[in-house]
Amino acid sequence: MSLPLPADALRKSIFAAKERHGIALVPYITAGFPTRAAFPSLLRTIAPHAAAIEVGVPFSDPMADGMTIQNSSRIALQNGATLRWIIDQLASIAEEPLPPRVLMSYLNPLMSLGGERELAEACVRASVSALIIPDLPLEECGGLRSTLNARGIGLVQMATPITPAERLRGLISSCDGFLYAVTVTGVTGGSTPAGTPTSAPGSPAEYLRRLRSLASPANLPVCAGFGIRTRENVGVLAGLADGAIIGSALIDALSSGHAAGRDAGSDAGNFLTSLRS
Amino acid sequence: MSIAPIINSPAASGLSPTLPPAPANPREELAKLLDGRYPDARGRYGPFGGRFVPETLIPAITRLEQVAREAFNDTSFLDELSMHQRDWIGRPTPLCHAANLSKLWGVDLWLKREDLAHTGAHKINNALGQALLARRLGVQRIIAETGAGQHGVATAAACARLGFACRVYMGAADVERQAPNVQRMKRLGAEVVPVESGDRTLRAAIDEALRDWVSDPMGTHYLLGSAVGPHPFPFLVRSFQSVIGREARAQFHERTGRLPDQAYACVGGGSNAIGFFHGFLGDERVELFGVEAGGHGDKPGEHSSTIARGRPGVLHGCYSMLLQDENGQIIDTHSISAGLDYPGVGPEHSFLHHIGRVTYIAASDDDAITGVRSLCRHEGILPALEPSHAIGAIARLAPSLKGKSILVHLCGRGDKDAPILQAHGV
Repeated sequence: MSLPLPADALRKSIFAAKERHGIALVPYITAGFPTRAAFPSLLRTIAPHAAAIEVGVPFSDPMADGMTIQNSSRIALQNGATLRWIIDQLASIAEEPLPPRVLMSYLNPLMSLGGERELAEACVRASVSALIIPDLPLEECGGLRSTLNARGIGLVQMATPITPAERLRGLISSCDGFLYAVTVTGVTGGSTPAGTPTSAPGSPAEYLRRLRSLASPANLPVCAGFGIRTRENVGVLAGLADGAIIGSALIDALSSGHAAGRDAGSDAGNFLTSLRS
Repeated sequence: MSIAPIINSPAASGLSPTLPPAPANPREELAKLLDGRYPDARGRYGPFGGRFVPETLIPAITRLEQVAREAFNDTSFLDELSMHQRDWIGRPTPLCHAANLSKLWGVDLWLKREDLAHTGAHKINNALGQALLARRLGVQRIIAETGAGQHGVATAAACARLGFACRVYMGAADVERQAPNVQRMKRLGAEVVPVESGDRTLRAAIDEALRDWVSDPMGTHYLLGSAVGPHPFPFLVRSFQSVIGREARAQFHERTGRLPDQAYACVGGGSNAIGFFHGFLGDERVELFGVEAGGHGDKPGEHSSTIARGRPGVLHGCYSMLLQDENGQIIDTHSISAGLDYPGVGPEHSFLHHIGRVTYIAASDDDAITGVRSLCRHEGILPALEPSHAIGAIARLAPSLKGKSILVHLCGRGDKDAPILQAHGV
């Protein structure tokens, strides 16, 4: 596409950061955590480290999330973070030179805006480049994706280590911005209930190589997520993925900073710096 | 059952936060359900149902659907199922005339005695059926959620009999109020994990079981006990529970020469009711009533009347009626009975409500206590608090029901409720 569409800008931003730093970082924050007041300034604080920022809409029943994001979501909801508030906040900083914003939400809060058209228009107002909806499967996403695409907004698809090859091709052909590679079978943060086995066959390296070989003809970057916590993790991924999504570990850094009475944003910034150095 | 291929072309989701207009031809919609066109290839019952799950679960639910289809067409599977139903569960369960309450209330009251099934509730029908499917899936391990503990006990028993490791997630609040069932699960060899997150009841237990399943979707089977969740679960649960309605209809007809005027079942997620109603859906003259938990008030947080007071949304993998706030956050619920204390309801119930085939009403905590007292004192039966909602509703409505023949699904026995009953002076 020739128009500078938001979803295309997201894709280019990740490839550019990959080029510059060896791997792009995509930090995730739960909007409204640790406080509502911190939200816009937190976006500015992490912006220099980020090829894109994933903004999480808190939900009462986050079934794909581990303890860390369950807790940040619960606190954000207690703080009164609603989707309408998040859209308003993002709209208020839409003109600032920030990296592309990607909104991550379960379906039910998104539906509360009324319908697909209302949701897409809210994304335009908030300058959101793409949506990630973990409980919207490929088979059900077509209507929403065309509504979003008509306004230049993308829908990010998630792949997992147990997704069959044929289905991966289907996901990639319906995916915008980047392909979200879930690196483990499990919840975010890599934490699973104690004593739970795992289904993932083969090595993560093999899996990521397979994804990139399928995604690169579509010119789609692959960003790995779930359980990426350290500089070593990021270093290993640099040869295997275009980007690394940093969620639970960043929320943990924010939590400890906030609990110690420090400016949580600076803890977040320091943590992201530590992933690169 | 319609089978979805693992790749479908992306289609419009058709999800709306408000109830779609009632179908122009409800009779045709019911026919689609009865002849198997619903659930359709996307797991929908009209607009309701579907499979809204993280990508990690798609291979597992697709495999489950395929294995279930093969099993339902395999006479060796069906023969083994009915052997266990007869010898281990004790089927058929009896139909019992409630002569004293009939006289007292001026109606002709009958009870389908699922409280007499092995482990004391209807839950065993589905636990057995899915555990047999789990053997065909080739998994090593079974997990389950439980509210009142009846599904946990049933799953623990089925796992003991069929040789599976078993873990049961139970809300911490329910662990406290249904203590007798926690001991039973442990005695049967299950590991019981109290869930401290979320609302600490059934809803949090399902969240946590789904998180476990996401970690090992191919080696673990999630034995879901309510008629909720992503397709094919609502269909599987209904299929294994339909034996209740089939038996009840034949027994009632044999005893009375006719069918009941009305049939009642309690509805939380709706597993007992969907199996019971399926015996009568095609009998136009049998009025069907689903009884939801009215709790102790009409305000959010005081009840679990999902169909009466909710609006459509997506929770736990399906699109159905849901108690939620204006921002799409799920609302905490209340019911005196842990088994009905849930903010969602099975998609097939939302469908039956939408086409007007089943009427959904509410009975309060107090109605449920009345129901327990009535059955204890007049019929010598200690019912679970869940079906006592249906009995209590009939007690309250009795003046307008004079002369009607009424069949109630007594889906479980009340031993588990001893701590709650004691606290209410029963």
